[in-house]
Amino acid sequence: MDMTTGSRRAVVALPSDTQILITREFDAPRHLVWRAWTEPDLIAQWWYAERGEIVSIEMDLRVGGKWRYVMRASGGFEVAFHGECLEIVPDEKLVSTEVYEPVPHESAVNTATFTEHDGTTTLTLLVEHASQIGRDMHVNSGMEDGLQDALKLVDRLLASLAE
Amino acid sequence: MIPRVARAATTTDAFNAIAEPRRRQILDLLVTGELPVNDLVARLDLAQPQVSKHLRVLREVGLVDVRDEGRQRMYRLNGGPLKPIADWLATYEQTWTGRFDRMDAVLAELKQKEHGDGHDDR
Repeated sequence: MDMTTGSRRAVVALPSDTQILITREFDAPRHLVWRAWTEPDLIAQWWYAERGEIVSIEMDLRVGGKWRYVMRASGGFEVAFHGECLEIVPDEKLVSTEVYEPVPHESAVNTATFTEHDGTTTLTLLVEHASQIGRDMHVNSGMEDGLQDALKLVDRLLASLAE
Repeated sequence: MIPRVARAATTTDAFNAIAEPRRRQILDLLVTGELPVNDLVARLDLAQPQVSKHLRVLREVGLVDVRDEGRQRMYRLNGGPLKPIADWLATYEQTWTGRFDRMDAVLAELKQKEHGDGHDDR
């Protein structure tokens, strides 16, 4: 793995039918990664997606406190996410709920953990959908061996198409 | 049971189709190339009607194509219907890669400020 500074890929894995796991290393101590993750004026500098801009970032970093991020996409429409802080261990862990507002019934629980080794901080973000929803969103109940297996197959199939 | 209404196969259907391990096995075999149905039956160690049933599901969602060659029915893979799923994942990954790259810049600035202020608590 490339450990030098510069562009590092976010690694996205699908550990189970209901989970998404995102991992990334940062060349910074974890108390700073924590700040970048939790302070509204800092979040506003990185959270927007390509072709979008931040409208507002609210974060009440207390157990039971609410957060809400609003972004304006290039088409002019706004997309908003909100949730509630469930567990806070400063510099180490933030557990919160997340709702994508157009689909309010599909709530997820996000667990962000920060671990530091020799000045490098690993951020892992585990997105856990309610089991029913994860199942409904991605697959039917018949998925015996998990989404990961299916996606491996998808990769193989697409590689064979490219030949 | 809710009656099935005829409609165009969707990505979700393709994804559901590969949720079944036997059907994934069939697709795995077809990755290597076109095969006659008899070969599939032999390699899967399944009865012909079961293999045919799985092949029909795969054909309905467009994951396999079939053609007749003489008296043989030849099955061929078509991964196209699954591409949107792979694309979705790639887009998601790109979004986060972009965010984290910008976070690198935010962190570089924070590090600089901390050192400049002489408040480095590490």
